[in-house]
Amino acid sequence: MQPAFSVIFLTTLIGMGQGVFLAIYTEHVYSVLNVVQQSNNSQFYVIGSVVALGLLVLGLFASFFHLGHPERAWRAATMWRTSWLSREVIVLPIVMFFVFVYAVLHFFEFNIVLITFGSIDVNLSLVIGAVATLTVFALYICTAMIYASLKFLQEWHCVLTVLNYTLLGSASGFTATALLSFYTQADKFNFYLGWSLVLLVLAFISRIASLYRNRRLRPISTVQTAIGIRHNQIKQKSMGFMGGAVNTRDFFHGKTRLFIRSIKQIFIWLLFIVPLCIMTLTFYSPSYEMIGLAMISMYLGLLAERWYFFADANHPQNIYYQVIS
Amino acid sequence: MKQYKTSKQLALVIDLNVCVGCHACVTNCKEWNTSGSAGALSDDNPYDKDPTGTFFNRVQTYEIGEYPKTETIHFPKSCLHCEEPPCVPVCPTGASYKREEDGIVLVDYDKCIGCRYCSWACPYGAREIDEHQKVMKKCTLCVDRIYDTDLPEEERKPACVLACPTSARLFGDVHDPDSEVSEAIREQGGYQLMPEWGSKPSNHYLPRRKQKVKHSPEELERVDNPLKKEDYQAEDSAGPSLDDVTSW
Repeated sequence: MQPAFSVIFLTTLIGMGQGVFLAIYTEHVYSVLNVVQQSNNSQFYVIGSVVALGLLVLGLFASFFHLGHPERAWRAATMWRTSWLSREVIVLPIVMFFVFVYAVLHFFEFNIVLITFGSIDVNLSLVIGAVATLTVFALYICTAMIYASLKFLQEWHCVLTVLNYTLLGSASGFTATALLSFYTQADKFNFYLGWSLVLLVLAFISRIASLYRNRRLRPISTVQTAIGIRHNQIKQKSMGFMGGAVNTRDFFHGKTRLFIRSIKQIFIWLLFIVPLCIMTLTFYSPSYEMIGLAMISMYLGLLAERWYFFADANHPQNIYYQVIS
Repeated sequence: MKQYKTSKQLALVIDLNVCVGCHACVTNCKEWNTSGSAGALSDDNPYDKDPTGTFFNRVQTYEIGEYPKTETIHFPKSCLHCEEPPCVPVCPTGASYKREEDGIVLVDYDKCIGCRYCSWACPYGAREIDEHQKVMKKCTLCVDRIYDTDLPEEERKPACVLACPTSARLFGDVHDPDSEVSEAIREQGGYQLMPEWGSKPSNHYLPRRKQKVKHSPEELERVDNPLKKEDYQAEDSAGPSLDDVTSW
């Protein structure tokens, strides 16, 4: 496929935004359960939620550049029964709404205790956060299923696609939160950093697994099934036109094999290896510059990873467009 | 998965045995569909460097086999109006739909947001976005023509079918077992493209068919030839013929 930067920014930015929310809410739950030291974190929850909202809004903004008619975008919410894209369009504002409510509750420190289990107070923001977390996971699934549901794009049609979107989004979000917490919430820095490391390692394993899987794929559609002629030697002599068409531009990256391979190496290093090394070092000697560097490397790597994700998918329609003349 | 059940399913049957690859169907398709009420089909730099444009129909050419034992196949390709169109359920706005009354898959240009997701979901590459109107377009099976009562009845067919000089394109209802298209599919080995994805294309293709007549020696020489029964031997007879005897 031809990677579209609007979609690359959409998926990476909202993924990170969702991850930031997951990070602050995880810390919130841990502190309620007394797993981490309790402190008055409301201010940080507000900052985190606002950053998460900002990333979600930026992602949504980027998505409009993919549309031919952005003024009709509201119509995209109508076919949620069958279309994952429609489901994403519905879930994204719901996530934004609950993250916003979560931020407002913390901003006004509106902590009504709804129920008490022993020494644990379940207040309203905890419940709203739980609902928001569910919607965040629903959004990861919707976003990834847009691609994973297309069965003839064999590289995407796999549960690993959903896992990768979820893990990569979460890992980048936790890292961003670690960066945010460095000055404002220094005692929780290692908590966020530790989770980032765990998630990034899991994402690394899952992404390598999908690379391994995709390398071994055999195309189900061939030129034989495409034109229905059973012969081992079929050569296209003409695709029917000598100029360009959407079919020759939208479905193929148009880059050399070397370029594609180098993008793969770039994302493996920038997204996984470099941040993993830096963050492990940062774990022992915290430094704002170091975690900032890890974040930059990770986001650049994430852009390369998403670019590769799109370029890697072989659309069967390309079988019909092999030879110009 | 939604099941699309239509009583009628209009479709094309394309005879690869007859198609000569003249591109008349492509030209007439473009002409009709660029002149309709939906507005022109994109055509940028048609006579210049890097021409590009939207077409609903293409004729491709394939060489089968190895020289000198080769066959050239001209292969027209347009939207196949699948019975289970994978492009329809993915559309987030409902702009892409399959008509219940005749099974034609259409795009409502006023609802389309131009997200291109349906074109990703079509394994055949039948959908092309119009770069100027920014909406997805595809073959409509000339829906604005086939029901037009202002036209004489024999002209109420898709433009490509009317243009074909060799009658390689048949048009009709593939759900009606008595229609010309159903009969052609049934009796001449009609098949679908990429059956592996379960999209069940309504358009069918008829394969190359070699018209060879086999004759056995028995067919060329009558076994019950009466001359043989009388043991008639015209030539190689050693003795004098009747003519010789009576010549004097």
